[in-house]
Amino acid sequence: MTADLSETKPLTARIVPGRAPLNLKEYEAVGGYRAVRKALKEMTPADVTKAVKESNLRGRGGAGFPTGVKWGLVPSLEKAPGKRYLVCNADEMEPGTFKDRLLMESDPHQMVESMIVAGYAIQATRAYIFLRGEYIEAAKNLNAAIAEAQAAGYLGQDILGSGWSMDLHVHTGAGRYICGEETALINSLEGRRANPRAKPPFPAIAGLWGRPTVVNNVESLCNVPHIVNNGSAWFLGLNQGKSKDGGTKLYGCSGRAKKTGIWELPIGTTAREILEVHAGGMKDGLKLKAWLPGGASTDFLMPEHLDLAMDFDTIAKAGSRMGTGLLTVVDDRQNMVSVVRNLEDFFARESCGWCTPCRDGLPWTYKTLVAMEKGEGRPGDIEQLEKMTRFLAPGRPFCAHAPGAMEPLQSALKFFRGEFEATIKKIDQTTASHAAA
Amino acid sequence: MAIIHVDGKQFTVDGADNLLQACLSLGLDIPYFCWHPALGSVGSCRQCAVKQYRDENDTVGRIVMSCMAPASDGTWISIDDAESKAFRESVIEWLMSNHPHDCPVCEEGGHCHLQDMTVMTGHASRTYRFTKRTHNNQDLGPFIGHEMNRCIACYRCVRYYKDYAGGKDLGVYGSASRVYFGRAEDGVLESEFSGNLTEVCPTGVFTDKTHSERYNRKWDMQFAPSICQGCSVGCNISPGERYGELRRIENRYNGSVNHYFLCDRGRFGYGFVNNADRPRQPMLRRDGKLAIVSPEEALLNGANLLKTAKGVVGIGSPRASLESNFALRQVVGVANFFDGHAAAEGVLVKRVTEVLRTGPVPAATLRGIESADAAFVLGEDVMNTAPRVALALRQVARGKATQMAAAQHIPEWQAIAIADIGQHHKHPIFIATADATRIDEIALETVRSAPADLARLGYAVAHAIDPASPAVADLDAATAERASRIANTLLASTKAVIVSGTGAGSESVINAAANVAWALHAKGKSVELVLAVPEANSIGLAMMAAPGIDDAFKAIESGRADTLVVLENDLYRRAPKARVDAVLAKAKLIVVDHQLTETASRAELLLSAGSFAEADGTLISNEGRAQRYFQIYDPTYYKPETAIRESWNWLHGVRAAQLGQATVWTQLDDVTAEVAAVLPALARITEAAPGAKFRITGLKIAREPHRYSGRTAMRANLSVHEPRQPQDADTALAFSMEGHNGVQAGERPAALTPFAWAPGWNSPQSWNKYMDEVGGHSLGGDAGVRIIEPAANAPAVPAYANHVPPAFAAAAGEFQIVVSHHIFGSEELSTKAAPVQSRIPAAHVALNAADADALGLVDGALVSVQLDDVTVQLPLQRHAALAAGTMAVPMLPGVPFAVSGSRAKISGAARA
Amino acid sequence: MSTANPSSNPSSNLAADVIKLADLVASASLPPSDGYVMSDEERHEIEECLHHYDDNRAASIDALKIVQKKHGWVPDGAIAEIGRAIGIPAADVEGVATFYNLIFRRPVGRNVIKICDSISCYLTGYDEVRNAISAHLRINLGQTTPDNRFTLLPICCLGACDKGPVAMINDDTHGNLSPDTIPALLEQYK
Ligand SMILES: Cc1cc2nc3c(=O)[nH]c(=O)nc-3n(C[C@H](O)[C@H](O)[C@H](O)COP(=O)(O)O)c2cc1C
Ligand code: SF4
Ligand code: FES
Repeated sequence: MTADLSETKPLTARIVPGRAPLNLKEYEAVGGYRAVRKALKEMTPADVTKAVKESNLRGRGGAGFPTGVKWGLVPSLEKAPGKRYLVCNADEMEPGTFKDRLLMESDPHQMVESMIVAGYAIQATRAYIFLRGEYIEAAKNLNAAIAEAQAAGYLGQDILGSGWSMDLHVHTGAGRYICGEETALINSLEGRRANPRAKPPFPAIAGLWGRPTVVNNVESLCNVPHIVNNGSAWFLGLNQGKSKDGGTKLYGCSGRAKKTGIWELPIGTTAREILEVHAGGMKDGLKLKAWLPGGASTDFLMPEHLDLAMDFDTIAKAGSRMGTGLLTVVDDRQNMVSVVRNLEDFFARESCGWCTPCRDGLPWTYKTLVAMEKGEGRPGDIEQLEKMTRFLAPGRPFCAHAPGAMEPLQSALKFFRGEFEATIKKIDQTTASHAAA
Repeated sequence: MAIIHVDGKQFTVDGADNLLQACLSLGLDIPYFCWHPALGSVGSCRQCAVKQYRDENDTVGRIVMSCMAPASDGTWISIDDAESKAFRESVIEWLMSNHPHDCPVCEEGGHCHLQDMTVMTGHASRTYRFTKRTHNNQDLGPFIGHEMNRCIACYRCVRYYKDYAGGKDLGVYGSASRVYFGRAEDGVLESEFSGNLTEVCPTGVFTDKTHSERYNRKWDMQFAPSICQGCSVGCNISPGERYGELRRIENRYNGSVNHYFLCDRGRFGYGFVNNADRPRQPMLRRDGKLAIVSPEEALLNGANLLKTAKGVVGIGSPRASLESNFALRQVVGVANFFDGHAAAEGVLVKRVTEVLRTGPVPAATLRGIESADAAFVLGEDVMNTAPRVALALRQVARGKATQMAAAQHIPEWQAIAIADIGQHHKHPIFIATADATRIDEIALETVRSAPADLARLGYAVAHAIDPASPAVADLDAATAERASRIANTLLASTKAVIVSGTGAGSESVINAAANVAWALHAKGKSVELVLAVPEANSIGLAMMAAPGIDDAFKAIESGRADTLVVLENDLYRRAPKARVDAVLAKAKLIVVDHQLTETASRAELLLSAGSFAEADGTLISNEGRAQRYFQIYDPTYYKPETAIRESWNWLHGVRAAQLGQATVWTQLDDVTAEVAAVLPALARITEAAPGAKFRITGLKIAREPHRYSGRTAMRANLSVHEPRQPQDADTALAFSMEGHNGVQAGERPAALTPFAWAPGWNSPQSWNKYMDEVGGHSLGGDAGVRIIEPAANAPAVPAYANHVPPAFAAAAGEFQIVVSHHIFGSEELSTKAAPVQSRIPAAHVALNAADADALGLVDGALVSVQLDDVTVQLPLQRHAALAAGTMAVPMLPGVPFAVSGSRAKISGAARA
Repeated sequence: MSTANPSSNPSSNLAADVIKLADLVASASLPPSDGYVMSDEERHEIEECLHHYDDNRAASIDALKIVQKKHGWVPDGAIAEIGRAIGIPAADVEGVATFYNLIFRRPVGRNVIKICDSISCYLTGYDEVRNAISAHLRINLGQTTPDNRFTLLPICCLGACDKGPVAMINDDTHGNLSPDTIPALLEQYK
């Protein structure tokens, strides 16, 4: 690893494929925990928050909410004395997303250091990494790193003599996508069913055990020590002018591309560069039919959208969401009805069962698609699906799960309506045209 | 107050409400499921969607859930908006995609909130063509039926059962479209308030199993405004009758008393009305057997018995109306009228009455309890003596979370945020009783000791609050410290309730509780008293100030009197069997009752009285609230041979026959008026409900909903000609669907509202149409009249009680009896209901575990217990918490009469 | 005067109105156990977890996992036992146990195959791989082989989409699966 790499690829600079993650000594040798020292010794918690705000780091969990702003919502210790929590959202379960796993499995000390610096910024008394249960390797590596950090005095009582104390725990989940929704995650962490909570009050005011709580994604947090070390101007510059947003982004590609994988690139890199340069394009003989910019809950985009910069605002303008920024490419041999059926199966199954539109609307959506897939679609089915996309849109269901489910469906209906129409039974189609007449 | 704009119209609402509640309070209809006025908002069903606009110029707006949006000043919404309407219809359509559409066989049909909302949204045809999910059902015990396929997953059941009522054994399982609501496994629901599930559930998942076997629709039921007879709290109920049987009891909203909830004793204990062995015609003893006679013959015989008597004694009843007690008083003469409580209990009830009437602290309403932020329970196991009070105390504890959330500007209706912020924080409640209680978990601190020590603690607390109240001599340091802790906590409250009553069997305990309340009052604190008494009209009877039952017995025993008239009372519940046997052996006995009690079965003349289902009357609750219950149906309509009359009617008839005069009282109002005139303390009971002359636009109030069906056929086994409906001279209610039906909300006075119905609202949710604001008070005022209030000129420094008892000392070889109570089994009438019978604990006695150890007695050992003169064999229970040196003797079938404070001896084998 | 103080520490400051839930659960609300007895080891591990949280309830998921690690699944009787161990009602434990898909409330085989059926794996050949496993083991999704060796379950995205199709067998994640590699892969698990 070279200094060079840590300049341009701060998140992954220390990761060498096929090699065990760095232990504490090795990590410290390449500048690890410098940010903890700097923050605790040279900066006030407010300074750290300010630096993150100025870096324009936007949440990498999918919604792109500015991380510094979120921290700023936490009331001051004078206003709300007592316990407060930092929670790392490491529940990565969005289909097509595989970035946080890499960060935690391959550089656990970076994760731990991030938690300490972020915890300091909000003066957390306790921090949790809410890790999805299936990430066995990540749990092992994180726990080892935490033990080392604790022994070295980076965690626990009076950290580095700063007077501030925080302990850090890995909480492994027991499944369910909805645990990734931050308020459901809090319920799950409290040992409850992972139903989301209403906002307001936001977690920053009343979160875990009713106390101020910040929930951040793994990748968002991992940027923090680098911002502290190198400053916000440096961080903003990492985008190489490709975006308004700062930093790098872990981009990736899955599906039938030549070289699927994950790459740390300047934020705002185009989808075309990701697919054609880094992933080497589609497998031989296959053409790109459509792509999801960042997980199952984002709208499909088309090949003509490939030149868009992969950042939050640009992708939003094109009618989708950058989401997690890991492309899923759909090749031309796929039937979109089946692809969407697969996605809606996921969303229906993963509904928490709290609100009506999601709990009962998604299974209906899924069953309609199954019928269509079998050629048993009926006139009115497409309209029924369209009604779902309207009535499961944001603000109608309780949380963002069901609206997420509607994104691939509505875009597939927009771009590939013919494929859906073709599943409507011939005989019914005549009736339908009569009815329409 | 806030101004909001709904569909272009401007309204003033309570800005602290959410929009749903505010709109419903305005009389506007928005469909909803998961919201409930007592449970707050969680936003899960998404049924209450409306369009909200930024301001008057915003034409786009966005859909919001009205239950989750504050009714803040300057809010612009539309309920009529087309997109919102379509969305609301879709919500029903989604819910219906799994609902079995089994309305024809569903016991919720006709009073189903889901049906109402379906109609309200206009969803009428179904497009869903796929399979529905199905569930297995559970056996939840004798009270509640379970049909999970009907579930619409509104989460109300668990929110009510767990969060509101503190139940532990109902939960939600699974996820996504397969969420399941029930117990972790089949079994009896443990909560004493499980019955409210039948009303909280908006569809037919949880239904009243006691109604199941003889089911009928709500619209085919005849109702009356009534008062629960199960304890002294006086919850308002809406019992329903069909074919001459009481079929179901539902909650009747009273904004000061029970509001939305009843306890299971009150809801499911009505079976005594229907029991076959009830005396339904008067009976005279002939050849040693009771034989049916005509009413006229009965009256003549009654008159003769009195005329030929050497001396007459009348024993009244705490479970009979004021009117009936008064009629007895009149027929036997004031000097010969006696209190019907057990002797010791009668003394306690009188003391409670005195405390409330002479002291400076008012009795709390149930709603008043809920607004307190500290409570001290002294001696009373309210879960078993006045169950609804226990549910109210839970709300005291929960109030802390609401208060903490309010500090963060989170409104009262944000149920989940409040629970989250509150965590385990509770308003302080101290529970000092002889044994563990079922609400100990809400207590900050519990104390277990013998009644004398409970009283000493109470006196010490009072003294710590106001040194002018008597001090406790020889107080141990730990108790002194505890007393000052309790005192300081109560002093730190903004409103405290002090809860006690007759349950501990100790006047000292009542006095001590009074002192605590009075001391707080003397210190200028806001405080209210809850004093539980044994029966529905205990206070009323006590206010008639008759001498105790012992004197009645003595009059017979001494030979001064030889004729005994017993009103609605089983003397075997009031004194040891041997004594009652002896008294009855010496007396000619007239019994007026609706139950064939052991006493009634000894009668010379048994007059078949009406129960609360066939009679009207006035009761006074432990809050000092006079409330009227009204006859539900006329039993002669189906069985013309029936000769059931109100007890006052029989007794007045006997008197008239005795005097050879015509009857003076022709209707209830006559009696009530005379009671009020003769007994100044009861002067205001006439205001408990409008009298028989009351009319709305010239009409009586219908007891039956206007779709009541089958009337022309229901009596066809007797005659195919439909007779005139029975006439009700006593009240402003009609035995008919003809009459005023409350189509306009609030038209019927609360005291005369037999059932809730409003256009479009058939379910119990229709009560919300009868309130000044949803969840508030009844339009026109809550039913009943408080006839006991502290005197306006009560002295600032009250006359403290000052008989501090000596500390309890366990006596070798003896135990002090503490009579214990059980919600199922200790109350006479409900114990006769079959579903309740299956919940009655087995007869037993209990000792402190260490005491049992000392005797070498294991749990379940059969022991010989000597109580007064009787010795009985009963299984022993070891109670870890029961005060050492005491023996808990439960008031249960199979356990002999016992008196708290007396002593028992025990012997027995360590045989399990 | 005898005293039962629900606060775990009898001398605790009573002005603080916080009560530890663990002491409060009515034992009556817990169903009888079906022969399951919690071992000291399980109990100890659960108690260890309690230190990680500011409220005992939070350990419910850990507790379920501890029991499952030992028994392969969570037997009925363990629900009440866990409730007792952490001081929450059995109904709440069951509510949690049945919500999360990695908690098994029915017996499973010695080896549990969790095959990812989410989008990237679907696009790269999930159907073929699942069919191959089904054919090889003669079980469908949700079923266990008669010899109790394998249970086959679907799972959502395993976060290894670049290696799709992916499956986990017990704790191991296997990527780039194809129908012909299935028999050899399964052979590794006895
Ligand atoms: C259904 C659903 C699932 C989610 N899953 C995840 C997840 O697995 N990981 C994650 O970081 N954020 C997830 N999110 C987003 C989180 O709610 C939250 O916005 C994020 O953790 C905030 O972190 P950030 O600000 O650092 O991005 C999910 C959101 C929803 C609605
Ligand atoms: S949309 Fe509703 S049911 Fe779906 S996951 Fe969110 S809260 Fe649960
Ligand atoms: S979609 Fe299968 S591992 Fe990601």
